[in-house]
Amino acid sequence: MLLAPLALLMGAPPANAVVLCLAQADQTGCVTGTVGNRANPVEGVDVSLLDADGVEVDSLTTEADGKFSFQVTEAGDYFVSVGELPDGLEVRPPAERFQGPDGSIMVTVALGGSVSPDLNVRSVDFDAGGDSFGDQIIQSIAQGLRLGLLLALASVGLSLIYGTTGLSNFAHAEQVTLGGMVAYGLCNVAGINLWVGIVLTTLICGFSGFLQDFVMWKPLRKRGLGLTQMMIVTIGLSLAAQYAFQFFVGASQQKVVVRNFDVVELGPIRLTGMSFVAMGVALVAIGIVGYVLLYTRVGQATRAVSDNPALAAASGIDVDKIIRMVWVVAAGLAGLGGVFYALVVSNGIRWDTGMQILLLLFAAVTLGGLGTAFGAFVGAIIIGLVVELAGPLGAPGDLKYAVALVILIVLLMVRPQGLLGRAARVG
Amino acid sequence: MSETTVGMADPAVRRQLMADVAQEPGSAKPDSILSVDNITRRFGGITAVDVNHLEVQRGMITALIGPNGAGKTTFFNLITGFDKPSSAGKGAHWSFDGATLDKTGASAVAKSGMVRTFQLTKALSRMTVMDNMLLGAKDQRGESLMRCMFRPIWSGQEREVEEKAAGLLERFKLLEKKDDYAGSLSGGQRKLLEMARALMSDPKMIMLDEPMAGVNPALTQSLLGHIQALRDEGTTVLFVEHDMHVVQHISDWVVVMAEGQIVAEGPADTVMANPAVIDAYLGAHHDTDLGDDDLLDEGADLGPLSETAADEEGSPPPESHDEGKHA
Amino acid sequence: MDTILSILNATLREAIAPNTAAVAIAVIGLNIHFGFTGLLNIGQAGYMLLGAYGMAISITYDIPLLFAVLIGFVVSFVFSLILGLPTLKLRGDYLAIVTISAAEIVRYSGRLAAFEDFTGGSQGIFGKDYQGPFISLSFLGSGRLTLLEFNYTDVADGARWVQVLGLIALIGAIVGAVLLLRSLKSAGGAVLAPMSSTVRSALVAVALVLGAILTVVVPAYADRDTATDIFSRVVAFVIFTSIMLAVLFGGQAAFAAWKTAKGRKAVLAGVLILFAVLAIFFTFPKTYDRTGVDGWWVRMIAWFIVGLSCAVVFLLVRSPWGRLLRGVREDEDAMRSLGKNVFAIKMQALIIGGMFGSLGGMVYVLTGTVQADSMGRSLTFFAYTALLLGGAATIFGPVLGTIIFFSARILIREASGAYIPDAIMTNSQTEQFSYVVVGVGLMLLVIFRPQGILGNKRELRFNV
Ligand SMILES: Nc1ncnc2c1ncn2[C@@H]1O[C@H](COP(=O)(O)OP(=O)(O)OP(=O)(O)O)[C@@H](O)[C@H]1O
Ligand SMILES: [Mg+2]
Repeated sequence: MLLAPLALLMGAPPANAVVLCLAQADQTGCVTGTVGNRANPVEGVDVSLLDADGVEVDSLTTEADGKFSFQVTEAGDYFVSVGELPDGLEVRPPAERFQGPDGSIMVTVALGGSVSPDLNVRSVDFDAGGDSFGDQIIQSIAQGLRLGLLLALASVGLSLIYGTTGLSNFAHAEQVTLGGMVAYGLCNVAGINLWVGIVLTTLICGFSGFLQDFVMWKPLRKRGLGLTQMMIVTIGLSLAAQYAFQFFVGASQQKVVVRNFDVVELGPIRLTGMSFVAMGVALVAIGIVGYVLLYTRVGQATRAVSDNPALAAASGIDVDKIIRMVWVVAAGLAGLGGVFYALVVSNGIRWDTGMQILLLLFAAVTLGGLGTAFGAFVGAIIIGLVVELAGPLGAPGDLKYAVALVILIVLLMVRPQGLLGRAARVG
Repeated sequence: MSETTVGMADPAVRRQLMADVAQEPGSAKPDSILSVDNITRRFGGITAVDVNHLEVQRGMITALIGPNGAGKTTFFNLITGFDKPSSAGKGAHWSFDGATLDKTGASAVAKSGMVRTFQLTKALSRMTVMDNMLLGAKDQRGESLMRCMFRPIWSGQEREVEEKAAGLLERFKLLEKKDDYAGSLSGGQRKLLEMARALMSDPKMIMLDEPMAGVNPALTQSLLGHIQALRDEGTTVLFVEHDMHVVQHISDWVVVMAEGQIVAEGPADTVMANPAVIDAYLGAHHDTDLGDDDLLDEGADLGPLSETAADEEGSPPPESHDEGKHA
Repeated sequence: MDTILSILNATLREAIAPNTAAVAIAVIGLNIHFGFTGLLNIGQAGYMLLGAYGMAISITYDIPLLFAVLIGFVVSFVFSLILGLPTLKLRGDYLAIVTISAAEIVRYSGRLAAFEDFTGGSQGIFGKDYQGPFISLSFLGSGRLTLLEFNYTDVADGARWVQVLGLIALIGAIVGAVLLLRSLKSAGGAVLAPMSSTVRSALVAVALVLGAILTVVVPAYADRDTATDIFSRVVAFVIFTSIMLAVLFGGQAAFAAWKTAKGRKAVLAGVLILFAVLAIFFTFPKTYDRTGVDGWWVRMIAWFIVGLSCAVVFLLVRSPWGRLLRGVREDEDAMRSLGKNVFAIKMQALIIGGMFGSLGGMVYVLTGTVQADSMGRSLTFFAYTALLLGGAATIFGPVLGTIIFFSARILIREASGAYIPDAIMTNSQTEQFSYVVVGVGLMLLVIFRPQGILGNKRELRFNV
């Protein structure tokens, strides 16, 4: 049911520039890859595939997504050769065992499988490092706050769901992706104004939360399905949703809006103007949620349900209504977070964008103490800062995500109930 | 069985033994098996438990009573290692049978011979009643990962444990349920199962948290017989109970808790006459309601249960007493 | 009809693929974690990856295969300690979060350029760098082998109707076996009588002798061209003896069971299942290299390990130790109150299940490369689907679940590729569609048949 709005929006799948190679057992093998990376693909590069004797088998020019894909019918060693790159970029020399003649990269193809060459593009002045260390740190802190606030949008909802229903929702990341996808459909494909698109996206995502609770979670609660089983249902939902995104949108990165945003400089901090907008919106949204939780009757009721659903029900609170509202708010916030994440952090949306940050969301929620919304906010900010600071402080590549997880594990050893949680009663 | 428990089956000996004990909170006992000092437990603002000193006499049945929320369950949790006192490291100290338990975890406490049951029963739902029982047995060879794959190593012991379990289930009227899932048992049956399971390990001391809540009167009657039989075989019993008739009927000593503190101690009749206890717990008209007494007496050739003398002359119903003997 | 047969053929190919067996082994481990002990390990793919790295990297450093496998186990053992120490004292959710995080950390690290010399970075370690020692253990000889050698092509020149007949026989056998087993299940109770120790020793002795004879005879028959080394002999002996043990004990059990009406039904069901397997390979004969990197050798070993794992799990969980696991799954505090060291039990379960995971990982890479991304989160999720499909806390559930899971996905993909026009679903979309169906299937399964195919419905009536 998640897909209903998507299917409407997308209509036909967008024509893929590069025909995806699909390996068939015993018949064909594929060589696929991307020039640049997902976040920064390089367009207009000639890529060719040479066989073991150096004879060209196939060649193509990359499109906006930087992808290339070749199909071969014989297993064996091949070489991928990359043509002229735009100014300022160069191919990082591959590991020795993959080095082919004339800077080409060796790949070993087996029939029925797909391989990617060890192709990495970097900027020519990659190690010149223009900024001073202090400036880098400040820049990273700014980026960390940005990431943290966007994570908070999603993790507060995740935490509210956990608090009120006890459910660890593994499909929450797909709510984030859904936000980006819907915005891509509205703003990029249908050409609606970005701001209108963001509002609409939030509403649509919120509605998806409502629909989910109505069609699935509420009936399951009524059936008395165990929490572990429910959690596995969310895993199934997450899997189905991810591949459904691929089904409708394809496997490549899509931009929400085509144009780039201007960079604003504040001292040593360089972020796009949109980043500041995103941070502002996130703060306001979370502020509103916080206000509602603390100072309104609905908020009180929500906290009561989190504390003890049976007692809350007994004291006249409509628990189902509260939970439905939590789902709507959680899905809406996640969608909003997804749009901004696609706009300012990941430079587009892909079927697995949400999955990439799922662990960060869980880390944030756990760090703060499972089920406390404010804990989730604090946790998200910490995780955001850790992730962005890990890079300049020496963690290479994707390991910056790992650093956040290591911190989580260490914290659990010291303070099992999280930063703001409390221990439960035995007996 | 330690020296002092010899002859504990004789009520006169027990009365004699406790006659000299001061009837005040925290009094010293002639031979205490459990001794507790300075444990407090705070939850946020409220102090759930604040016990200065308490001793439990070996080989006797001690009742722990007190109003709802007095901290009885929390006290159990602290003693048995399921919770940590707020005063840990700040003078909190308790020991069982000579061994300090200050830093001992729950399972080690149970292994050392102090086994408890829970107020909210914890039956292992998706396992059979028999499997529940078998888990209670101590020192099983087949529970070691290294040995469990070789059946001959453990099959002999397994048979013995099964026989013992069957005997206990018989006593607790659960034998015909032995292949049913524990989750299918009724609330009262679960209480029984939990007690039987705790007995599988032949504990030195058993701590029962409201064992009779939800158990029908006839069975309560027979359970009381079992508890007494246990005591007569040398097991120390500490139990929490709100049913004053039960308390009067079987306990040798009563400890009263209110708002986390021990407020009175003594034999049942004296304690219940204590104005502070009546005030805090029993209520002024507690002795006018005798409804339950009739039930307790029903079908059992017990001596009359009077309000003033909770003596143990009367033996429990004959059938249950006999069963108790051959366990 | 041709399309249907070719779809079924592809499905069968997937069902017996070494990778299916590998995942089945990992799922068996997951069953110890989740099914029996209730540990929410969402990082089984991490165990697989570590096992694979442990073995493959060791071999690239010229460590003998046996030790390389041991190193794989040791790595997973250490991983269990690291995961377990901080979390096993905490609530279950934390283990879930920590395991999934740790598995991702392993994957990220494996892809890291800094470790490229060991792990091959994002490219991974190529099969040719570590497959050698395993391949050279083979006693199956060279050339190609068709299973069954006698198949539908030998009857009436392989006319279509022979294959259709085979298919009908196959379906009939399966339906029959299922009906029989169901009627047995509703009857309840044990079929097997205990065996006397003399019979047991006699059977073991016979199995050893037969195993030894086969060890000598089969390689000769297989026309093995390279010199047979001692390790290859040992492996052959172990395999043949185990098969003989299974046959003899199975036969003895069948013989003993035949005396009761219920036992006869069980034996009949067993015979029907055997017949179904024969019918499958009669109707869809499979031809692979005898040895090779993707031939019968690796298939045989992979499925042999699956069988062995099932036997080990059976021995483990029917013992008092297995009872401890189930006790912990039901209520940790109750177990503590009975003097059981819950932490130690959970740790043991985590370690044992993790070892099966890493063993699965080692088998998983025998036919391909050790590539970090091939053992990511989705693989863990597939493992859960397979486990729930087959039935958690059962012995054969994980295996059955995995086979059905993987073949069903191929079935869906091939069928939608064949019957849905390209205008509606392109080729690459059928792939994605099959995964969507898998995800939705997992949801429906948990909701409507949480006990899986082999699980016990009675057990699930009590939600804990
Ligand atoms: N985990 C906890 N968190 C907060 N408060 C708690 C916790 N456990 C117990 N309490 C509080 O401590 C006090 C004592 O509780 P306890 O369960 O020990 O009472 P009790 O004497 O067993 O009562 P009852 O006779 O009703 O079983 C209560 O006020 C209870 O609310
Ligand atoms: Mg209580």
